[in-house]
Amino acid sequence: MTAAVVRAWQGVRWYLREFTGEARWDRYLEHCAQHGHEPMTRREFERRRADALEANPISRCC
Amino acid sequence: MSGTVITGSSASGHSPAPPGRRLKPRSVAIWGLVAVVGAVCWTVLALARGETVSALWVLFAALCSYAIAYRFYARFITFRVLRVDDRRATPAERLDNGVDFDVTDRRVLFGHHFAAIAGAGPLVGPVLAAQMGYLPGTIWIVVGVIFAGAVQDLTVLFFSMRRNGKSLGQMVREEIGVVGGVAALIAVFAIMIIILAVLALIVVNALAESPWGVFSIALTIPIALFMGVYLRRLRPGRVLEATGIGVALLLLAIVGGGWIEDTGLGDALTLSREWLVLALVVYGFVASVLPVWLLLTPRDYLSTFMKIGVIALLAVSLVIARPVLQAEAVTDFAREGTGPVFAGSLFPFVFITIACGALSGFHALIASGTTPKMVAKESQVRLIGYGGMLMESFVAISALIAACVIDQGLYFAMNSPAGATGGTAESAATWLGGLGFDTTAQTLAGAAAAVQEDTLISRTGGAPTLAVGISQIFSDAFGGGGQAFWYHFAIMFEALFILTAVDAGTRVGRFMLQDTIGNVWKKFGDLSWRPGTIIASAVVVGLWGSVLYIGVTDPLGGVNQLFPLFGIANQLLAAIALTLVTVLLIKHGRLRYAWVSGIPLAWDLVVTMTASYQKVFSSDPRVGYFEQRQVYADARDAGEVLAPATDRSEMDQVVFNSTLNGVLQALFAVLVLVVVVNAVVVIARAIRAGQLPTTEEPPTPSRLVEPAGFWPTPEEKEALAEHQRLVGAGAGRSEAEEK
Repeated sequence: MTAAVVRAWQGVRWYLREFTGEARWDRYLEHCAQHGHEPMTRREFERRRADALEANPISRCC
Repeated sequence: MSGTVITGSSASGHSPAPPGRRLKPRSVAIWGLVAVVGAVCWTVLALARGETVSALWVLFAALCSYAIAYRFYARFITFRVLRVDDRRATPAERLDNGVDFDVTDRRVLFGHHFAAIAGAGPLVGPVLAAQMGYLPGTIWIVVGVIFAGAVQDLTVLFFSMRRNGKSLGQMVREEIGVVGGVAALIAVFAIMIIILAVLALIVVNALAESPWGVFSIALTIPIALFMGVYLRRLRPGRVLEATGIGVALLLLAIVGGGWIEDTGLGDALTLSREWLVLALVVYGFVASVLPVWLLLTPRDYLSTFMKIGVIALLAVSLVIARPVLQAEAVTDFAREGTGPVFAGSLFPFVFITIACGALSGFHALIASGTTPKMVAKESQVRLIGYGGMLMESFVAISALIAACVIDQGLYFAMNSPAGATGGTAESAATWLGGLGFDTTAQTLAGAAAAVQEDTLISRTGGAPTLAVGISQIFSDAFGGGGQAFWYHFAIMFEALFILTAVDAGTRVGRFMLQDTIGNVWKKFGDLSWRPGTIIASAVVVGLWGSVLYIGVTDPLGGVNQLFPLFGIANQLLAAIALTLVTVLLIKHGRLRYAWVSGIPLAWDLVVTMTASYQKVFSSDPRVGYFEQRQVYADARDAGEVLAPATDRSEMDQVVFNSTLNGVLQALFAVLVLVVVVNAVVVIARAIRAGQLPTTEEPPTPSRLVEPAGFWPTPEEKEALAEHQRLVGAGAGRSEAEEK
């Protein structure tokens, strides 16, 4: 029972982090570790991600 | 047989057959049961006359129909008609750049796509269409989505994905022709302006003379700015944290609206429609030139979470509250076409009024462009394209139910223009008496008092009606009253995502303009050139702002006049999208399946062209724009004033507005006909040749393994595990989650 609740909570958390793009940072760190790069700071990373949205507007329908 | 085919493997016949062709006995039993439940629900709806009908019959009739359509028809389209091939790499896999091309988990992309397509449209259209009764709307929403709307979204998504995510306009130009392409481009831009204006009109009507609403909505701007700064400077990237704080502040803003209502601040925030137009225009302009991280992105997080939260809450509370439908199945207005909410008979106007939720051309702009660049596996288009649209249809059904469970006298008093109701509870009650409703002035005033608004009379646009319905359902389901809170909660939720659609739409329109003009004047196309940005934003805002102002001041009622134009425009866009899909199916040599998009296209053309014809040529002044113009112009020249106009300048206004609406209406229809005629030429050539080359990208082998549906099947789990063993860790992104 508790295990199921924990799993459900983890699922929701995973979904929300993926949905909002928060998980991208973890993946970036993973990627850097794999390839031996020095990662940029989180501030710099998020700034680039936000600025990339500038030219790719999110369309919202009626 | 495949070597010589130019169109790539999609036409070469070696794509895999749908997995597991034979149904297992257990599946037969389950799907048989779903079919029986659905059939029972539909039978109850069809046969019930004059007795009380629970809203749950509508809900479950829809849900069972969706399930069967998704399981069988969507699967048929995906595998037989489109022949998706999971051995081909999608653009997300081939061109992955972590920005726009990005392999995304199917469930996450489903959420993104749904958030992008679903807005105020599926909430408002069904509310207005409720004047015809609950049955016409229900049937069209369910049948329309299964055979038209979801088919359009799925097929456009697929064809755009096979072309690296090209936009609708680009595909029309390359696959149909330059003439059609230019017509489609103009149509898309013009239709977008109308849609933005009508959406803004709904917000204006919901907020006018409502200090509580204005207060809470206005506060969303500083809340979003705070979130923007939080994510940029204080705690970069902690989106969930920032959104949590934002939602909490938002709820506080709704509660706070109740406190300030009767204070001096409340009086200051009691704004007329004209002031609200000005505020919206300024807001739209500023939002379009500000950097997105500051306002647009955080607002979008807020509105997306609110949207999904409220829809989920509404579904749950419908099941708990089990409300009874107050509306008739089919009203007299449906038969006579004399309804006060919008003029015109059931055919074609129910099919125009309910666009989003059944068939919405605007989705084709999202299904081409953003979403196709993120699909991980071809077979996932069924979940994302077809499934996403089914979800939106479900939202539309919920909105229809909300409008049909409130007192129907109140419904008509709220949704008819002030020219009809007279604007006060007393005059509205008298007018309702003439229509055969026994709703009293006390009831009307009491309903307004219950949600702490001064009046609910002639609060047109659908949003206030939906909010009344939602507040009634929520307070029934959760008890404890709180109708006023839930009403303003619902208004806030609608206004929030309409405004998000307005500012995002303004930005998209600005980009389209910069891109188009950039073809002849290079400097203007440079997105980082400030003057270009400012001019393009001003033009777009100015265009929708003027249409909005015209709607707001229209003596005949802006929603009544403009909503048909909006619905027809949206459905005409769908006609362009379905035309493109039909041309592509035939060019790929799949003539025998062309009916899949051809039948909805034919239906859509009949509906939109009949409606356009009536709006332009009808001799009934309530329906035909030019006849309306004639009647008012003649009266004006004879020195008369016709109700609901009260003076000469209002007469001038009616004449001007009906001329403009008529011209726009005719223009849209002609543009679409140009695309269709161009397409017919291409189709004729393609049929003669058997098939024609298209711009589809050649196949590249895929190295990803991903399930197709929401939940992985046992075979897919096995394939994932196998893949994991072969490639080792780090190959997939969500596999760990799948175990």
